[in-house]
Formats: sequence, C-alpha cells, structure tokens
Amino acid sequence: MIVLQALILMFVAAAGTAVVFTRDPTSQAIVVSFYGLLLGIMFFVFQAPDVALSQIVVGAIALPLMIMLALARVKKQSRKAQK
Amino acid sequence: MTRRIRQRFFLISAAALALCFVWGYADLPPFGHVSSSYANIVNAISVPQRHITDAVTAVNFDVRGFDTLGEEFILFTSVLGVILLMRRTKDEPAGDHEDKAPGRKVPPVSDAVRVTTLLLMAPTILFGWYIVVHGQVTPGGGFQGGVILSSAPLLLYLCGSYPKFRGAAAPRLIEIAEALGAAGYILIGGACVALGGLFLENLLPLGTTGTLTSGGMVPFINLGVGLEVSGGFTLILLVYLEELMEEKE
Repeated sequence: MIVLQALILMFVAAAGTAVVFTRDPTSQAIVVSFYGLLLGIMFFVFQAPDVALSQIVVGAIALPLMIMLALARVKKQSRKAQK
Repeated sequence: MTRRIRQRFFLISAAALALCFVWGYADLPPFGHVSSSYANIVNAISVPQRHITDAVTAVNFDVRGFDTLGEEFILFTSVLGVILLMRRTKDEPAGDHEDKAPGRKVPPVSDAVRVTTLLLMAPTILFGWYIVVHGQVTPGGGFQGGVILSSAPLLLYLCGSYPKFRGAAAPRLIEIAEALGAAGYILIGGACVALGGLFLENLLPLGTTGTLTSGGMVPFINLGVGLEVSGGFTLILLVYLEELMEEKE
C-alpha cells in the first residue's frame, strides 16, 4: 500500500509539472485531463473513493471539456474580429 | 521587468512558500495515523443513528445538509451565469446547427466510434443512476452520479451530430429537471419544518441499513441533487455547443 501511495504521489507530481510545462492551451487541456485522472486514482489509493469519483468526472472530463469549449469560443471570436 | 529581476523575484517567493509549507506541515498528524475526534464521532453515529453506511453521505446530506444546500446553489448559480452570458442576443440570428468553422477539418465519425459510443450509452445512464441512488450505501451520490449522467448526452454528440444531441437533450425538459432538482432540496427542507421538525431534519423512517431505502430523507435529497447536477452540466454543454455551432457565414 505504501509503495502504491508513493508511486502515485510521484506520478501526480510528474503530471503536475507536465501541465505547467505544456505551453499550448489546447494540448494543455488534454494534459490536465490526464492529470485529473491521476489525481482521481490518488484519492482512491488514499481511501477516499467519494472524492475520487468527483475528481474523475470533474477533473478528467468536465474541466478539460470546458477549457476546450472556451478555447473554441475564443478562437471563433478572434476569427470574427479579423474579418 | 528584466529576466534577472523576475528570476530573483521568483526565487524569493519560492523560498518564502517553501518555508510556509514546511512550517505548516510540521504540525500535521503523522502520515497514515489520522484520527480526528470529528472523524471518530461521524464513524460512530452514521450507522447507528442514521442507518447510512457511507459516512461521507451521512455528513453531506444529513449532519450538515444545510451546507450542502449552499453548495448545490453555487452550481445552480454558476450554470445560470453561464447561460446568461452565452444567451443569444436579438441581433444574432439562430444558426442552422452545422459545424462549419473555417480552417477546422471535421472528419466524418467512423463506424467504430459510433458503435462504441452507442454501446456505452445505456451502461453510462445505468451507472449514473446507480451512483445516485446508492449514495447512502456506497461512495457516490447525487453530485457524482449527476455528472456521470450528463456525460450520456455528450456521447450522443460524439457519435452523431449536434442536432441529434440537441434533440435528445431537449433543453426545455432539462431546464425543468434542473429547476425541480434545485427546488426539491429546499422543498424537502421546508416539508420538515411544516411537519414540525427543524429544516432538513431527518424525519422519515430510517429503513434497514445497507438497502436502497435506508437513510430516511437522504436518498430523496440525493435524487434531487442528481437531477440538478446532471441538468446543470448538460445545460452548460448545450449552451457552449450552441454558441460554437451557430457560426453564420
């Protein structure tokens, strides 16, 4: 159990760093989704299944989706401004 | 601001943050041996007094049910805010719901994706409701189940087209579901007051521990929250997609 916890903590740290170092917002949304999934697994490993469920659906699905949709909206706006 | 000043600024802030972190963490209880008095009390009362085996649900929807009402309305208000911001103004014509953003090649949906998403649809809905109604027995509840439920119409968008998604999502119905879910929480609380209890006091028979009907009012509150959350998330997706699709050339 301790090994699993240490492992997932390291993965979360690595994924968090990866999110920061991804500069393109669109790919960042994908990376943050992966990070959210890892956080969900971490909560599960630390015996908080309730939080894990919320984290997986919100962090891995809802948040990246909102970011992608918002980005698409912003791009559409800037295209309109160019015309 | 030059690079050097920025670097120094970062180093000083990072050092200060690290110091505060160490200072804060020094007083935490040792790893893996946390046993706060609150946790002990909750563990001791949730099964005997409430017949709820998931202590988190017992806390969220019974012990501090009023706080959760506030949380639910945070979501309700933010959904309302998004809809208000994204609403169609009078000078914006209603679009023809076709994805034709320039410079974006939309490949046709492959058969494999269609089949997979359609196959996933029923299990997703079933799983969502399962999580909602088993809130008092196993981890999960209205919030988690609600978000899972709202991903079902999204699958339809993935496998088909936007009009199909919109048709299945039926905005009017979803608005009603969301409003009903949000109002349900207050109505349940109000009913308790009307029956002579306190707001959100658990007045219903508690049932047998470990069954769907255990926990008195908690399953009903969870149903309301599930409706509200799934409705809210689906509405947000709808208004966003609506906004993107209505690109009139």
